[in-house]
Amino acid sequence: MSSPPFRLRTLGAVGSVAALVALAACSSSGGGSSTNSSSGTVTVAVVSNPLITGQMIPLTQSVFEKQNPGITVKFATYTEGDLRAAIQKDVATHSNAFNVIMIGPYETPLFAKSGWLTNLSTQFIASDPGYGAGDLLPPIAKALSYKGDLYAVPFYGESSMMFYNKALFAQAGLTMPTNPTWAQIQTFAAKLNVPGKQSGICLRGLAGWGDNMAALDTVVNTFGGQWFNMNWQPQLTSPAFESAASFYVNLVRKYGEPGAANDSFNQLLTLYGQGKCAMWYDATVAATSIATTYPSVFAQTGYALAPVNLTKSSGWLWTWALGIPQGTANAGAAWKFVSWATSQQYDQLVAAKYGWSAVPPGTRTSLYNNPQYQQAAKAFAAITLASINSVDPEHPTLNPVPYVGIQYVDIPQFESLGLTVAQQIAGAIAGTESVSQALQAGQSAASQYTPAQLSGG
Amino acid sequence: MTVLEDLAPPPQVEVRPRGISRRERWQLRLPLLPALIYTIVVTQIPFLVTLWYSFQSYFWNTSSGAHFNGLSNYKTVFTSPAFRGSLVRSVVMTVTAVIVAMILGVALAVLLDRKFFGRGVVRTLIITPFLVMPAAAALVWAGPMLDPNFGLVNWLLEPFGVHHVAWLSTHALGSVILVMIWQWTPFMTLIVLAGLQGQPADTLEAAKVDGAGALATFRELTFPYLRPYIELGILLGSIYLVNVFDAVRLMTNGGPGTSTTNLPFYLFQEVNNAFDIGGAAAAGVVTVILTIIVATFALRMFARVFQFEEAGV
Repeated sequence: MSSPPFRLRTLGAVGSVAALVALAACSSSGGGSSTNSSSGTVTVAVVSNPLITGQMIPLTQSVFEKQNPGITVKFATYTEGDLRAAIQKDVATHSNAFNVIMIGPYETPLFAKSGWLTNLSTQFIASDPGYGAGDLLPPIAKALSYKGDLYAVPFYGESSMMFYNKALFAQAGLTMPTNPTWAQIQTFAAKLNVPGKQSGICLRGLAGWGDNMAALDTVVNTFGGQWFNMNWQPQLTSPAFESAASFYVNLVRKYGEPGAANDSFNQLLTLYGQGKCAMWYDATVAATSIATTYPSVFAQTGYALAPVNLTKSSGWLWTWALGIPQGTANAGAAWKFVSWATSQQYDQLVAAKYGWSAVPPGTRTSLYNNPQYQQAAKAFAAITLASINSVDPEHPTLNPVPYVGIQYVDIPQFESLGLTVAQQIAGAIAGTESVSQALQAGQSAASQYTPAQLSGG
Repeated sequence: MTVLEDLAPPPQVEVRPRGISRRERWQLRLPLLPALIYTIVVTQIPFLVTLWYSFQSYFWNTSSGAHFNGLSNYKTVFTSPAFRGSLVRSVVMTVTAVIVAMILGVALAVLLDRKFFGRGVVRTLIITPFLVMPAAAALVWAGPMLDPNFGLVNWLLEPFGVHHVAWLSTHALGSVILVMIWQWTPFMTLIVLAGLQGQPADTLEAAKVDGAGALATFRELTFPYLRPYIELGILLGSIYLVNVFDAVRLMTNGGPGTSTTNLPFYLFQEVNNAFDIGGAAAAGVVTVILTIIVATFALRMFARVFQFEEAGV
């Protein structure tokens, strides 16, 4: 249906359209020159959880934007997995859709190494003495640093611990020690599990390295397991890793909540808040949410340190922190927002509006020295601080490992590897495969990388 | 496009009206150009870019950028058990959902074709699932319906001795297929019902006079008459259901494990969780080629069936 002239002309037209598209692409990616303008629009990518959607976003609108009339803050809210994807795409392609990104100890050093983040210490904190970076809890500040400089500052910080229902424990004549072992937890769970009424223990099963693997990794560590040995050879089928994974999967299958393979923090918070869990092992920050959302359950809640087996402590370390991508526009305005949302004054604002027990925990020493906070959060403040101070991401397990990270391995490949293993474990929790099948699949996924690739050499 | 051309080769006749010059002919065609260019820009250029990426090693989570790595992405796709698994699951999900929805659709259509009090209301109610947004339907099923602790399905089944079944964990693939069936049965019903209403009443009357029972009438007259409608429903249903994403993403997120990961979700995860742009592009190219092959065969088969029907009538 064609004659040559037509074809040529069509091609010409298509070619010019393609050229236009290419030009547009160039101009959008090439326009990333940094400006330090301290006004304008600041777009912030955040994770969807109660401390952010319930406090940070409304307070930004009612307080921050009023105090800074030149700055408009827009929020893009994502679940954890989607947030990672959106941010990764944004920084890797330099699209600069976000002026502020919410990241954690996994991303911060990797992004900083790739040159994707603004050095907050030299660019802003050095000339902003009122910020009080020295007040940040040392383990949290260290986790957000690269070569000694901060590349993100914490909005809240957490370790992991055990929550339990004191009334149920008293009824059954059980006593929870402050520093329980996993063997004790299993005994308690067996006694307290009443199918159809309450689960002995609620645990994460949802596939995701920040979801089920976060909890499982702490069990692996305290059972003496590790992801890689010192030569970067994967160790997922080692006896220690396998016994830890079997323990976790059996515990949740026997005494855990039904449908565990779809549950993570938000689902478990709801279940626990409705009295459906005798125990719940999760992030320390859950105490703040229980206190504000479920006061009657909060009154009955007891706290214990993360359970152990072979190590002395086993809590994880995480913080949702704010960073500024390299080359973003309005960096000055972005820092204004970041420093406000992570400041001591922000804590005062939350306290005035929502009460001291609702203040984002785990970032600043001054909060834990504040008598009002000590009073309002006396049930969980001390144990949260003790949990965070007990972590050592450089020595997460019994034996030395070549990587940094407690509930993750701080290498780029872990994003994909962690998810693959998490899916296999979720399959084992759902009963579609055995633990050893799951770990063998994980081991072969880990084996596709060479030690040189993994070590970054 | 190639598929459709294969299906119906254009007749080799001189379409050029007499007395119109070549120049005028192109002027007449000029108004079509924007549409043609638009189609090329939104379909063919992205495909070429995908093709280019499929030969690159490009990970978003490293700062090294993209570089050529030959056929290694394709090698990974063909050797990856994850890709094969999701391909098989895509086929299982589509075939099961389409066939069951069609059987239910025919049954409902036959029932709805009868005259009874409140037929209009019942028809509207039966069609409703198809009008619900797929994302909303998936969320309603994942939460209020199938939740192990608070779900309606467990509550309804409790008198029958079913207790706290975690449908989305223990019967994940079945639950997703159930929602696909629930959503697409009304579509099948509509198409078959349209066919039924076009069935000439006199044939049915003649069968009645000849003493044929309801079952025999259905088997010998109604079903052969409905065949092209059923085939159309199966074809359209397959085209849509092979792409199902909302239900997988929102109900099970492809899990537990990878038990509900179909091809669209696998591709999504390659980009969104593994950040492997090259690998995802290669998997996408392979998927497109497979789809074209299957679609060509399916369309040829249906074309033959339709011609046979026409010849037979």
